[in-house]
Amino acid sequence: MNNDKKIKLTINDKPIEVDEGITILQAAKMLDIDIPTLCYHPLLEPYAACRICVVEKKTGENSDLVTSCNTKVQEGMVIYTDSENATKARRLNVELLMAQAPAAKPVQEIAKELGIEKTRFEIEDPEEKCILCGLCVRTCEQIVGAEAISFIERGKNRTVSTPFGEPSEACIGCAACAYFCPTEAITVEDLYGRKVIHDELNLGPSTAIRVPIRQAVPMVPVIDEEACIHFKTGECKLCEKVCEKEAINHEMEDEEIEVEVGSIILASGFIPFDATRIPAYGYGRFDNVITGLEFERLNNASGPTEGKILLANGEEPKAVGLVHCVGSRDKNYNEYCSRVCCMYSLKFAHLINEKTNAEIYDFYIDMRCFGKGYEEFYHRLLEEGTRFIRGRVSEVTDLALTEQEEGKLIINVEDTLLGIVRRIPVDMVILATGLEPGLDQNEIAKIFNISCSQDTFFLERHPKLAPVSTFSDGIFLAGTCQSPKDIPDTVAQAGAAASEALALADKGTFELEPITAEIDEELCSGCQLCIGLCPFTAITYNKEKGISEINDALCKGCGTCVSACPSGASQQKHFRDSQIFAEIEGIFIE
Amino acid sequence: MANEAFEPKLVGFLCNWCSYTGADLAGTARMTYAPNIRIIRVMCSGRVDPQFVLKAFIEGADGVLISGCHPGDCHYQEGNYNALRRHRLLSKMLEQFGIERERFRLEWVSAAEGVKFQQICDEFTEQIKKLGPLNLNGGKDEHREA
Repeated sequence: MNNDKKIKLTINDKPIEVDEGITILQAAKMLDIDIPTLCYHPLLEPYAACRICVVEKKTGENSDLVTSCNTKVQEGMVIYTDSENATKARRLNVELLMAQAPAAKPVQEIAKELGIEKTRFEIEDPEEKCILCGLCVRTCEQIVGAEAISFIERGKNRTVSTPFGEPSEACIGCAACAYFCPTEAITVEDLYGRKVIHDELNLGPSTAIRVPIRQAVPMVPVIDEEACIHFKTGECKLCEKVCEKEAINHEMEDEEIEVEVGSIILASGFIPFDATRIPAYGYGRFDNVITGLEFERLNNASGPTEGKILLANGEEPKAVGLVHCVGSRDKNYNEYCSRVCCMYSLKFAHLINEKTNAEIYDFYIDMRCFGKGYEEFYHRLLEEGTRFIRGRVSEVTDLALTEQEEGKLIINVEDTLLGIVRRIPVDMVILATGLEPGLDQNEIAKIFNISCSQDTFFLERHPKLAPVSTFSDGIFLAGTCQSPKDIPDTVAQAGAAASEALALADKGTFELEPITAEIDEELCSGCQLCIGLCPFTAITYNKEKGISEINDALCKGCGTCVSACPSGASQQKHFRDSQIFAEIEGIFIE
Repeated sequence: MANEAFEPKLVGFLCNWCSYTGADLAGTARMTYAPNIRIIRVMCSGRVDPQFVLKAFIEGADGVLISGCHPGDCHYQEGNYNALRRHRLLSKMLEQFGIERERFRLEWVSAAEGVKFQQICDEFTEQIKKLGPLNLNGGKDEHREA
């Protein structure tokens, strides 16, 4: 296609010079001549099924009708797209399509343009939408490579179907056929019927290639291998074809890059508490019980509802319940306070108040508004009319006891300030799920030789004096991997960690551990027992002197060699045998 | 001396990174535990020379505790494994000297386990109280009288 040979032809009396191998339809497009078509798609092989793109080709005295989508240009061609013959044929074809698929909107539109009001042919099924253009079949075959659907039967009985009309095993459920269908004749059904409120609310991927998050750095799309058609069938690569910069490479693989660094900042973050672990709250069972993060998505202007706060059925909630401490401050799950949930719940209450007329109930144990301006915000909420109820929610249920509760979610709670158990019917429940340490926290700790505290968040060297350092030199902590914290605290800690790391780099020198072992040359017998014990290979045997020697730069000062040395030649600075003996003696002096 | 009044003297060799920090945590968290233990900080449980343990018993300890990081968590990679091996061997030797196995313990306490340290101290003290004072030299312990 990319050879240099040029071909001259005229379309509607306009001359044009084009590359060899393109079709009349493509050449017409270059001249801004519009030829109607239904079954043509630039990414698929032309099929000439709809025959609406028919044009008149004149060769001398002879006249011929050809489909422009699959007829290649030829030298000296004379084409008329709107000649009497062409239009007549097109009108006939449209009328035939109108009889075949009376419910297909694009056909009706083209008919309108051509001034056809009704078809003269017999309509068999007034609901039919399929025009048998084969776009879906070609998509499945040429792009997806699954070949799950094809034409069946012949002539009048021809339809598109899977083998034997059964759900096909070859179908990978990509819905590409429905996407390409020009008349919406194909719909995709979720056979497994997972109930999810608003399509995108599960926070899962929307397309296989996407920018992971709006604030992604670098701001480039990634391909989700599990969702990508190419990795299922080996075909497709549509994105690669349309990317003009040729930036997409499906063959790229994960690679391990080794980088030598002087210090490491761990910022491995948290995972949100899985609300299904508290079955009584009904998350996963009730459509309108959602987590805080899901509410964020719902409230987001670029989210599934364009920022409108709606229930699963698309209606605006009349009452919303905010449940605090989901998975936090609870001996059954996590004992610690997740710190951020109170404030984000208050923010939600404020947003719901701003966007809807819903009654807002906020169920808290203790209101923890610890930060700058936080308490003031709480007071603002009090004035805005949010109803605060102090008490832990015991259950969210849809079992109505009264007429008012019918069709609502009922929140069961002990109001500890009133001293009574209350049932509060709402439409939407937002669970303020807490923060949990990452699942691989212990493994990471092992890799970096640091410790975890009891709640498996990383342990800092000292809670007050060294809050970003760890027990391993040069390894610093930032953010929620150390403990639950909000954004201001995380930014502050990250800044501190970065400056600690910079301070190390700036100094350019490294302070050696003062507590290292040393070997007394006079006493060492050269037995080499210590060499095998040293985990840092800091001890080497000096053949000439017949003794073992310690490399100060490698010795970390554990003292294992000291306690093993049979002759007492190896001694640990600050922890000499004599010093410890003296200590032992000392503690027994009354 | 009646057993009720007996307050055992215990010596604990605690590694700097896990157990000593764990004990520190018990302290900063204001946990109460038996005051019988005297702690000697070493950089690693692998630093605990068997001589230290013997010395402690000679000096009048009724029980000795070595405590280090959990296996795999050692700040120096494998010091606690060395401590484990030495503990096994030394226990056998102590038995031959007539010192009960229960008087010499090895425990893993991480920096986060203040509660565990508290429990170990209480339990160990209780255990040694039941065992009674260590009776080296048939009751004529010079060091004790000195």
